[in-house]
Amino acid sequence: MLRVENLEVVYNDVVLVLRGVSLEVPDGKIVALLGANGAGKTTTLRAITGLLDIHEGEITKGSIHFDGDEITHLDPAVRVKKGISQVMEGRRVFAEMTVDENLKAGAYVNSGSDAVEAAYERVMDLFPRLKERRKAVAGYLSGGEQQMLAIGRALMQQPKLLILDEPSLGLAPLLVQQVRDVIVEINEQGTSVLLIEQNANMALSIAHHGYIMETGKMVMDGPAEKLLRDEDVQEFYLGLRGEGERKSFRDVKHYKRRKRWLS
Amino acid sequence: MIEAVVFAQAGTSPAGRLLVDFLSLGSIYALLAMGFVIIFKATQVLNFAHGALAALGAFLVASFATVLQVPGRWMPGAPLWLRWTLSVLAALALATIIGMVLERIVIRPMLGEELFAVAIVTLGLDIIIRTITNDFIGTQARPLGDPFGTNVWAIEGFTLIPWTIIAQVATTIVLVALVALFFRSRLGIAMRATAFDQEAARAQGIDVGRVFSISWGIGAFLAGVAGIFLSLFPRRAAGVDQSTAFFAFAAFPAIILGGLDSVVGAVVGGFAVGLAQALATEFLTGISFLGVGFAGVVPYLLMLAVLLIRPYGLFGSEEIRRV
Repeated sequence: MLRVENLEVVYNDVVLVLRGVSLEVPDGKIVALLGANGAGKTTTLRAITGLLDIHEGEITKGSIHFDGDEITHLDPAVRVKKGISQVMEGRRVFAEMTVDENLKAGAYVNSGSDAVEAAYERVMDLFPRLKERRKAVAGYLSGGEQQMLAIGRALMQQPKLLILDEPSLGLAPLLVQQVRDVIVEINEQGTSVLLIEQNANMALSIAHHGYIMETGKMVMDGPAEKLLRDEDVQEFYLGLRGEGERKSFRDVKHYKRRKRWLS
Repeated sequence: MIEAVVFAQAGTSPAGRLLVDFLSLGSIYALLAMGFVIIFKATQVLNFAHGALAALGAFLVASFATVLQVPGRWMPGAPLWLRWTLSVLAALALATIIGMVLERIVIRPMLGEELFAVAIVTLGLDIIIRTITNDFIGTQARPLGDPFGTNVWAIEGFTLIPWTIIAQVATTIVLVALVALFFRSRLGIAMRATAFDQEAARAQGIDVGRVFSISWGIGAFLAGVAGIFLSLFPRRAAGVDQSTAFFAFAAFPAIILGGLDSVVGAVVGGFAVGLAQALATEFLTGISFLGVGFAGVVPYLLMLAVLLIRPYGLFGSEEIRRV
């Protein structure tokens, strides 16, 4: 469905942020993209959705294909129409508008058609809480509700592929669970998902496949279960060591990582 | 301003004078403010060139209707009112296109830049438009050649001024249309979304460039409409001259009073400022230590007073912030 090949992105003509990133999201699957801060996860998202330009970023090499068509340099609106929707990091709901208006804004590309009604019903079914607060101003919703609204807004575009950037950021553990369940449900309804996360535990527990990024490169990829069992992933991303014993920061201090990632 | 006083004194009674002043000033300010608000609400840009656009619109009407005689010269048999109306429509269409072109070449490249920087760009735009328009206008006022002139309608003992009445109707129509646009239509919601967060709006597939273009087009159109009323009896029957842009700039207190992003606020602010100025013209002109033209300062005083109590204006939205 989505195929990214050897993507290279440069910010401000000098800062090389992505150095040859490749990834693939197969039809109907959940794919997790993991990595620490500054690894290039969000840049990858911007390249896929076409929002690099306002950040002075540019794709200098590589290509992005969606459903067989090349979309590397298309306008963001065209990509949304083709079926790629995103939930941006930090929710970014239109705080001064009501829940309903936010959803209407989300349906901009396909408004006027019957499909919007269906999409609206789907969102209301998925998030009963939003149904209760339909007339509420989005800025006054709780963080969890705002995240639901952000996801609902993206679903109004009836995407074939939904990309979520750090949906668990800043949410309480219980809410993270909820977001997780919603993502699974959306996927079961037939939407492919690319899940960008720092919360590797949460992401890998629902993903079919995982990619791990570091400083602008893919360093590892494999089926989610395999990544969950991988010793290095456990140590660096899941906070476990050996048989799950806790790790002291004192050890970390002396530990200089020499190992290179090999996939 | 002095002209306004002269015409007001030509009226019948003090109360009638006051009413005419209030209604004619109020509707012009309201129209200017609404045009400003649509640009601000859709793009978060403070358009300082709005006064210049108003003068430009009035000047285009003057050119089309009297100098160029477009489209009147191709239809010699048609009555004056028809020829004039067509000239006005042609001029407003051109004003709308100019607004969209200006957006495309001056504002669009600033997309994603600091809003403060964009506002300063519009200040430069104001100077450029004013200079060019004034160069064309020259030293004499240019009459708009309208069919009514300084005529009034006398109906059952009342003296009605045609342009003041038409201005009220126009203000009402624009108010209803804009409220419907912002709260009912797909485009209006896209505009508000764009104003709030350009990047998030683009992520929803909203064509931000198109939203900018349309809002500047409508803004320039409304500025032109206000400019026309500003250059007709009972405001300035002589027509559009070099000070029209400055006079239109006095709509700023009305805009800020209403709260920048509220259509209803723009109308209330417009009429409030119109009333304040009309009252000042009527009662404060005789007080010598205030000097001549004190009425022109009153809108700014009113703005200052309101901002001290409600910094976001009468109808502006308070910033929504969760704690």
